Amino acid sequence: MPENTDAVILDGVPAVAPDGAPVPVDKRDKPRSLWNDAWYDLSRKPIFYISALVILFLIVISIWPGLIASQDPLQCNLIDSQNGPSSGHWFGFDQQGCDVYTRTVYGARASVEVGIFSTLGVAVLGAVLGGLSGYFGGWLDSIISRVSDIFFGIPILLGGVVFLSAVKGGSVLTVSTFIILLGWPQLARIARGAVITAKEQDYVLAAKALGAGHGRILLRHIAPNALAPVIVWSTIALGTFISLEATLSFLGVGLKPPAVSWGIDISAAAEQIRNAPHMLLWPAGALSVTVLAFILLGDAVRDALDPKLR
Amino acid sequence: MSEPTLSKDPESSAATAAEAGAPVVEAAEAAAAQLADREPILQVRNLVKHFPLTQGIVVKRQIGAVKAVDGVSFDLYAGETLGIVGESGCGKSTVAKLLMSLEQATAGEVFYKGQDITKLSGRALKAVRRNIQMVFQDPYTSLNPRMTVGDIIGEPFDIHPEVAPKGDRRKRVEELLDVVGLNPEYINRYPHQFSGGQRQRIGIARGLALNPEIIICDEPVSALDVSVQAQVINLMEKLQDEFNLSYIFIAHDLSIVRHISDRVGVMYLGKIAEIGSDAEIYEHPTHPYTQALLSAVPVPDPEAREHRERIILSGDVPSPANPPSGCRFRTRCWKAEARCAEEEPLLAIPTRFAEVDTPAKHESACHFAEEKDVVGAA
Repeated sequence: MPENTDAVILDGVPAVAPDGAPVPVDKRDKPRSLWNDAWYDLSRKPIFYISALVILFLIVISIWPGLIASQDPLQCNLIDSQNGPSSGHWFGFDQQGCDVYTRTVYGARASVEVGIFSTLGVAVLGAVLGGLSGYFGGWLDSIISRVSDIFFGIPILLGGVVFLSAVKGGSVLTVSTFIILLGWPQLARIARGAVITAKEQDYVLAAKALGAGHGRILLRHIAPNALAPVIVWSTIALGTFISLEATLSFLGVGLKPPAVSWGIDISAAAEQIRNAPHMLLWPAGALSVTVLAFILLGDAVRDALDPKLR
Repeated sequence: MSEPTLSKDPESSAATAAEAGAPVVEAAEAAAAQLADREPILQVRNLVKHFPLTQGIVVKRQIGAVKAVDGVSFDLYAGETLGIVGESGCGKSTVAKLLMSLEQATAGEVFYKGQDITKLSGRALKAVRRNIQMVFQDPYTSLNPRMTVGDIIGEPFDIHPEVAPKGDRRKRVEELLDVVGLNPEYINRYPHQFSGGQRQRIGIARGLALNPEIIICDEPVSALDVSVQAQVINLMEKLQDEFNLSYIFIAHDLSIVRHISDRVGVMYLGKIAEIGSDAEIYEHPTHPYTQALLSAVPVPDPEAREHRERIILSGDVPSPANPPSGCRFRTRCWKAEARCAEEEPLLAIPTRFAEVDTPAKHESACHFAEEKDVVGAA
């Protein structure tokens, strides 16, 4: 039998542990992980709900644009060219006589797809390479770090113009591939730093002392503790990748017509900004709101997951 | 090699030491006789760990080495507690990591039941790990914050499935929580829901899970409040009796080490300066460094404090990357002579005490080892 009957909680009154410290009593639930804590923190933030709603809406309309837009974005009539807003066409028409509202709704899909594909790719590639280089160190670390330095040295727009005009693809896949190729080193650095911090903790030593192998240490001890910065950075990066797609499409090297994308529409509208400002306003506004929503969400997630990062 | 001596009860030895030296010697000899036919469970021989200092970005050149541990030898017997004391940076924690094979030794051997564990790897090392476990210093970093207490204490069983069958594990974890004085209902809680002392108990439960024979405690209480320290120490003593554990107890708190240890080794700059039973070290230190260390122990009685002599060492601890020649302590020692710089004193019973029956007859790495009265130490 233990000589100290430790901290028995009676009637919800916090008993005092034999150590003299009060036992934290949690009335809401018993097992409370740090993830639960983070979720609890998030669930009380209005910013989180607003940005999550915007993002949810974007995802829904990028899967089923027909839900809120009844017309075809490629069904255009030159007679309507540059016509301003009217009843039935609240956002007006663009140069080609296409309905701006329909095109803005349909344009969400390209942005969301590029954002999600490139973020997933960057997160997986960056976290794996950065994690391995941080964990094993040595020559593997040297190689991965030097390679990522090389990619860091490539200006992303110049690289985009060169790479994307060389592959002549102009699809969501090629744009995402390009973003993954140039985006992973940033995340690899973050993951490497997080893994190096985690691997020096005593609980990793304790696991080693128990005889745990690399796989167990990486998956059970390091990954869960190094994940927070990766998630936070990925959420924020998703927004910037969407704006990068728009930028590349604006420059004419990203998605190409007849694809529907905000970047393409902004590019077309920029030439007519004096005659028909409404052409620019809607796709540009949609882009800004989307990017803002992801950045705000990332901020909220960061505050919840790691208050120290603030 | 000398006979390691063992004296179980610090209080009685303190009392007898105050009267005269002789009874202590008797007790020590009786204990020594008892130990003589016991095989040491752990034998450490000339353990060395040098951390290389490198220069260069692409091609790394070794320009030197931090000699964190530089030739440490001692024995550990079953059921005893060996305290290791020394100031920060003297290599105590590196010794712990070497014994756990968490660091690769540069040279030397660690024999566990006759088997050199520094050369082991893979399955053989994993098998030895079952018998040598560790309790860490900081209870806030030694528990994975993303795992429940049940997962933390149950992890040893995941790694060594032969110890507990799968269906049995939850019960075993609850038993372990009970053994260390925690409520078994806490099994689903996370570490951040516990206080420092409770976390250290969780760490101890994890160390006990595999039924080890040796537990290496690297400053297990120095991160805790003083009131909690006593509870954790008492728990560790209780567990030692219950499971016949051998402890290597590393600390810089001299009074705690005296309380828990049967034998004590004093480390300075990667070497053991003096080693002996706790009464020998605390009442009859012969190495100047031990004497200086003991004179720094706070004395609660103001009268005694007035009368005792404080030995204030001059200078700082030399860099372990460039330790002094000969005796490592000579740069700060008031007895140092030319011989100390030329000839390194070996850890052995000083010749002047070899033939006499005195508590000063224990291993001390000093050419001029002699007793010095350090009043009221510890």
